[in-house]
Amino acid sequence: MALIDLANPTRFLNFAERVLPWLVAATLFAFAIGLEQALFVAPDDYQQGATVKIMFLHVPCAWLGMFCWGLMTVAALGTLVWRHPLADVAAKAAAPIGAAFTFLCLFTGSMWGRPMWGTYWQWDARLTSVLVLFIMYLGLIALWRSVEDPGRAGRAAAVLTLVGAVNLPIIKFSVDWWNTLHQPASVFRIGGPTIDKSILVPLFAMAIAFTLLFLTLHLAAMRNEILRRRVRSMQMLRVFADEDMRQIESRA
Amino acid sequence: MTALWAILLRDMRIAVRIGGGALMGVLFFLAVVTLIPFAIGPDQALLRKIGPAILWLGALLASLLGLDRLFAADHEDGSLDLILMGAASLELTVAAKGLAHWITTGLPLVLAVPVLGLLLDLDPLAIGAVALTLLAGTPALTFIGMIGAALAVALRRGGLLLPVLVLPLTVPVLIFGVSAAETAVIGPLMFGTPFLILCALTLMSLVIGPFAAAATLRQGLD
Repeated sequence: MALIDLANPTRFLNFAERVLPWLVAATLFAFAIGLEQALFVAPDDYQQGATVKIMFLHVPCAWLGMFCWGLMTVAALGTLVWRHPLADVAAKAAAPIGAAFTFLCLFTGSMWGRPMWGTYWQWDARLTSVLVLFIMYLGLIALWRSVEDPGRAGRAAAVLTLVGAVNLPIIKFSVDWWNTLHQPASVFRIGGPTIDKSILVPLFAMAIAFTLLFLTLHLAAMRNEILRRRVRSMQMLRVFADEDMRQIESRA
Repeated sequence: MTALWAILLRDMRIAVRIGGGALMGVLFFLAVVTLIPFAIGPDQALLRKIGPAILWLGALLASLLGLDRLFAADHEDGSLDLILMGAASLELTVAAKGLAHWITTGLPLVLAVPVLGLLLDLDPLAIGAVALTLLAGTPALTFIGMIGAALAVALRRGGLLLPVLVLPLTVPVLIFGVSAAETAVIGPLMFGTPFLILCALTLMSLVIGPFAAAATLRQGLD
């Protein structure tokens, strides 16, 4: 099925109904493996002890917080350039999920930072740029909530999403440009990862599990958003129909 | 080109007349800078140390103040529709409006820095550095803020929304502006890098701002 076939909301709903149970099952399965790997197989760090386990939450959340904005950027292009009817639904459904993952990333990071760095928060380049990402998510959600017409809100939000995408490379490379507190890239870097396999495999398992969770939540949220819009237009039709009836009665 | 000149001159003329509010930003700047010593106490050494940061923060907030009027006034009296239908390219027109807005609100902030710097007991070198970085950085603030102003008009509301949308985008400008102003005291070599990055941010926003604002206006007002 091509992407263009899913432009029809009814077809998309059918597709979502068929795919969602499988996605839920895959997510549960991936978490079963990932959690087992992260909690029992992965060794404790020789210096950090068990606190290193926080990383298995922190890194996937950070990755998804950025991935989600990337997905919204593609959706924004879909809204503005190709006028794909589901693009702004996809972007709107993704924003709260991305905000939640970004918050979890900040929260787990500061939980880990307290025992390790001795502080909950430091104005480090990467921490600051992720905080800015979080605030931009909230601003974007506020933008959507302040306009009644979904089409108009979607186009305005698309422009802002594209502008905000400038922040993504800043987050990614902040640890290289400003070598401050946060450790530099150690998984996706030129020359291969610098993490030992015993940690890297569980980390990837957790990343896959969280990505599947994101896809599940996103698909469900898109379905809900489409249904919500249908309810909205039906309510409007009903108001108009009642108005028509009243006019006919008053004329009779 | 004549159309752009006409818009530039018209906007500047409107800004300095009654209800234009060109100097409101400077007054607000003064008020903010006056409030800081009340909050942290009149400690001269501390004020001298954080002076550049205070001035930058005050200028950032002051440049937000008049921003919502950038397109809203034209939208209310209908001239924005004429601009949208006009033959001149919308991106250039929006850029001309942004330039007029910067000349009437951003430039006065830069000119006010020497006076406000004396209030904060900055030495002449630091005052010069802050003024220079603000001269290089305030266009970025105006042209980034222009995107928020266009969104506010396209959505027909946004007085409160505008700062929330614009402020996160101005963080890099603030970071490099303040670090350039602070390192100016150390030496020209330390000053050069952040200052050049600040200039790069301004140049980038000069391109991104008009395109994003024009796209928003076109999408929102159809």
